[in-house]
Amino acid sequence: FELLFHSRDSVKMAAGQQWVLVEMVQAFYEAPAYHLILEGILILWIIRLLFSKTYKLQERSDLTEKEKEELIEEWQPEPLVPLVSKDHPSLNYDVVTGPPSHRIIVNGKECINFASFNFLGLLDSERVKLKALSSLKKYGVGTCGPRGFYGTFDVHLELEERLAKFMRTEEAIIYSYGFATIASAIPAYSKRGDIVFVDEAACFSIQKGLQASRSFVKYFKHNDMEDLERLLKEQEIEDQKNPRKARVIRRFIVVEGLYINTADICPLPELVKLKYKYKVRIFLEESMSFGVLGEHGRGVTEHFGVNIDDIDLISANMENALASIGGFCCGRSFVIDHQRLSGQGYCFSASLPPMLASAAIEALNIMEEDPGIFRVLQDKCKHMHKALQGTPGLKTVGEPLTPALHLQLENSTGSRTNDLKLLRAIVDYSLDRQIALTLARYLDKEERFLPPPSIRVVVTVEQTQEEMEKAAQCIREAAVKILK
Amino acid sequence: IKVYLKRGSAYSSGYGCNRGCVNLIAVLMGFALQVYHAACNGELYSRPFIESFEETPMLVAVLTYMGYGILTIFGYLRDFMREWKIEKCHIAREREEQKDFVPLYQDFENFYTRNLYMRIRDSWNRPICSVPGATFDLVERSSNDYNWTFEYPGRVVKDVINLGSYNYLGFAENTGACATAAGEVTVKFGVGMASTRQEMGNLDRHEELEKLVASFLGVESAMAFGMGFATNSMNIPALAGKGCLILSDELNHASLVLGARLSGSTIRVFKHNNMQSLERLLRDAIVHGQPRTHRPWKKILILVEGIYSMEGSIIRLPEVIALKKKYKAYLYLDEAHSIGALGPYGRGVVEYFGLDSKDVDVMMGTFTKSFGAAGGYIAGRKDLIDYLLTHSHSAIYATSMPLPVVEQIITSMKCIMGKDGTTIGRSRIQRLAENTVYFRRRLREMGFIIYGNNDSPVVPMMLYMPAKIGAFGREMLKRNIGVVVVGFPATPIIESRARFCISAAHTKEMLDRALDVISEVGDLLQLKYSRHKVLPSLDRPFDETTYEENKE
Repeated sequence: FELLFHSRDSVKMAAGQQWVLVEMVQAFYEAPAYHLILEGILILWIIRLLFSKTYKLQERSDLTEKEKEELIEEWQPEPLVPLVSKDHPSLNYDVVTGPPSHRIIVNGKECINFASFNFLGLLDSERVKLKALSSLKKYGVGTCGPRGFYGTFDVHLELEERLAKFMRTEEAIIYSYGFATIASAIPAYSKRGDIVFVDEAACFSIQKGLQASRSFVKYFKHNDMEDLERLLKEQEIEDQKNPRKARVIRRFIVVEGLYINTADICPLPELVKLKYKYKVRIFLEESMSFGVLGEHGRGVTEHFGVNIDDIDLISANMENALASIGGFCCGRSFVIDHQRLSGQGYCFSASLPPMLASAAIEALNIMEEDPGIFRVLQDKCKHMHKALQGTPGLKTVGEPLTPALHLQLENSTGSRTNDLKLLRAIVDYSLDRQIALTLARYLDKEERFLPPPSIRVVVTVEQTQEEMEKAAQCIREAAVKILK
Repeated sequence: IKVYLKRGSAYSSGYGCNRGCVNLIAVLMGFALQVYHAACNGELYSRPFIESFEETPMLVAVLTYMGYGILTIFGYLRDFMREWKIEKCHIAREREEQKDFVPLYQDFENFYTRNLYMRIRDSWNRPICSVPGATFDLVERSSNDYNWTFEYPGRVVKDVINLGSYNYLGFAENTGACATAAGEVTVKFGVGMASTRQEMGNLDRHEELEKLVASFLGVESAMAFGMGFATNSMNIPALAGKGCLILSDELNHASLVLGARLSGSTIRVFKHNNMQSLERLLRDAIVHGQPRTHRPWKKILILVEGIYSMEGSIIRLPEVIALKKKYKAYLYLDEAHSIGALGPYGRGVVEYFGLDSKDVDVMMGTFTKSFGAAGGYIAGRKDLIDYLLTHSHSAIYATSMPLPVVEQIITSMKCIMGKDGTTIGRSRIQRLAENTVYFRRRLREMGFIIYGNNDSPVVPMMLYMPAKIGAFGREMLKRNIGVVVVGFPATPIIESRARFCISAAHTKEMLDRALDVISEVGDLLQLKYSRHKVLPSLDRPFDETTYEENKE
């Protein structure tokens, strides 16, 4: 049942109008006679306007049919897409043959994978594969429908329950595509006229969600709580000017637990303080931190020991640590349930193939049975972070705990294209020596704040100490050779 | 005049109606209630184009509005009782700590959900526990608090005939070539990808799939994406932007609407499948240019779908292509429901009309329906796909397609193309076409009002009244048939309907059984509204002069 309420804006207006009505009646008694007469005339004028012949501004042009035909004949559109030059840096993708697991074959060369977000190595887990296979044998591949129309499978309900339990929240909702999760969740709550405070380093799917919400977006400097508080204070002053309006403007802070673009952790305890001080709701994107941070892999809330109920909505994808496909949101039922009728990517899209849901369930089983895995991952992250320090010409960006680091140039050449070429040369050098790395890719023109060019280095539990040393050594060699 | 009054009310509900053309003729000719099928510009069509949207009978319309009126009054009454704690309130509440925050929802915003939807919520989201094939098993579900919460007693309703899933060619299977191939890949590759196409998630199998899609559609190049919805919403922004104009059918799917909105282009909406409306917008746009500045538009992109999933109508593609060529606009065709389901070789609406796929600039479709998999594709000229490879939001930021899904598509598509050396694909396509015509004809003969094109496997059957939405779904399920029912806001307020999706997997016996049950329930609920059981056999092209004047 594809229910969507697009009418929230008008509803909000109506709420305001109730007040206006009361005041209008009061004003009516107090107004002088000439005022009422004037208003009466105005009302008559409006009625006249309503019933007089309407015309469009455009149609007032005095063009004859022949002139119109000429204009149509003359009009030349731009091509549908501009031509892409053959040597565009992202036109020719690296080709992987065979499974994208710990050992990976890239462009025909067998390498150790330092590029896929397979943090816990669950992509290669035999248990997960077998569970997916048995699910395939029961349900087939596709779901042939959205959740509303027989696209809900018992495994979807099970996965939602399991995720809620794992995260210790009341409810969880799953989406069939990681990117669509937060991008659908934000516009389900935040509408035109609402205000969203966002970190400048927010990932692209958050940016798209904000755009779809048509809300008023205020960016604060990356992880800078003072800057955020400045914006919140500004808004507080604004609210005092018009308290009636302020009562209906929803406000949200949207942050990532572990930023994919900067590999930083957000200062969650400070954010929660600000939340209660300024009465703003927090939406937290945890795609990189879910299954990574915290003793049990519950993410950044567990990492900081923050009560998860203090966060209004947590969203994460199941494509990184869980090594399946799709995403989920979790939180209190009061918040989450709303998406079942208002989350566009939930209502209007085919549901997640059941075998992928089963795989995610099995991955959760493994995570619950062996919480030591998170400790192992965190230790490896620290190790890698340390090993990469002091690489000549490259700086390691990100906190020691993050499994997806960025290597940026210490000294930019001044041109993004040239920087990318240098970094690509390092990637190619490593590929030749069995280390698979990748550049972090962005849409240069679409990103709100384009991150500097970088190489991604991903740590997984499958990498051994030696392999990590080897990778760091290889990067160092490449840097020395290529950056001089 | 009678018809106009009625239509007027439909317009005022905010959902324009596409049947204006039919309307006017009906009034002019004086027999307002006969069934009409419109084919303006008949000479462009290589085959009869029979599409009907029978008028809502006056009495039914009035009763439907009354039904909503009564529901609304009761809704207010019960909200009032909940307010005063006379009735128990089941709605989830805000936490105490956040009571003084700005409310997350306006209080009466969820009025419809609370008081109308909740009464019949059991008609949707029914969990299934088997392949969504010709029949499926449903998890039994019950509620002790009028649908506020559900319980699962742990029983299964076996072998329910499935008239709800988009399994047009019957490739939702857990045995056979597709499942075997997908299974082998699962064991070898696992299910995840853990990277994007542009980083480390581009497998040779993805590229093979794309080549296959291109050859299936007869175009130069293609690109595949992990989610059908996102194929639209994440690629349209790459194709159009500021200074561009998007002309969108009023009934386009939410993903197209979202994609258009995210692109930042100006969006104008034409009436559903109404070529006069589209041509008017095209002319105006080129003659007047952009608003205020009158600069010429950079480009004009027309967004249409092959089969409209709520109306069962097929796009008037020959006319759209003629218009697009005349006005030098670009055409984006979403074949979510038509790929595989139309055309003698299952190549969609382009093949159905015998047209050239080169005349469609952007061919988009999904793998969810006919191929029994997931995801979507965009196909077209090589320069288009090269551009998307470098600029698609999906290729850069979204995890690439899981391999078992890729394998399911490759195997099913090869089967449809006959590349597997069998005629299974071909016979399924024929079967679907026969099933569709048979099912639609029988329903019409029984006296139901059926919307849409004669060849569309999506068969909407009108229920109109809100109470009948829930009743029809429940009565059908009691008789072991799973159907989809839809109401406002997915349809105009008075045009609630049931929707059947015909599949090649349905046997004649299944369809007959389903038809008998539909007839029985139809008598029980008095759903046989139609006054005209037989369609005129000949397709009558309309006279050019009788087009409706499009006053705005």
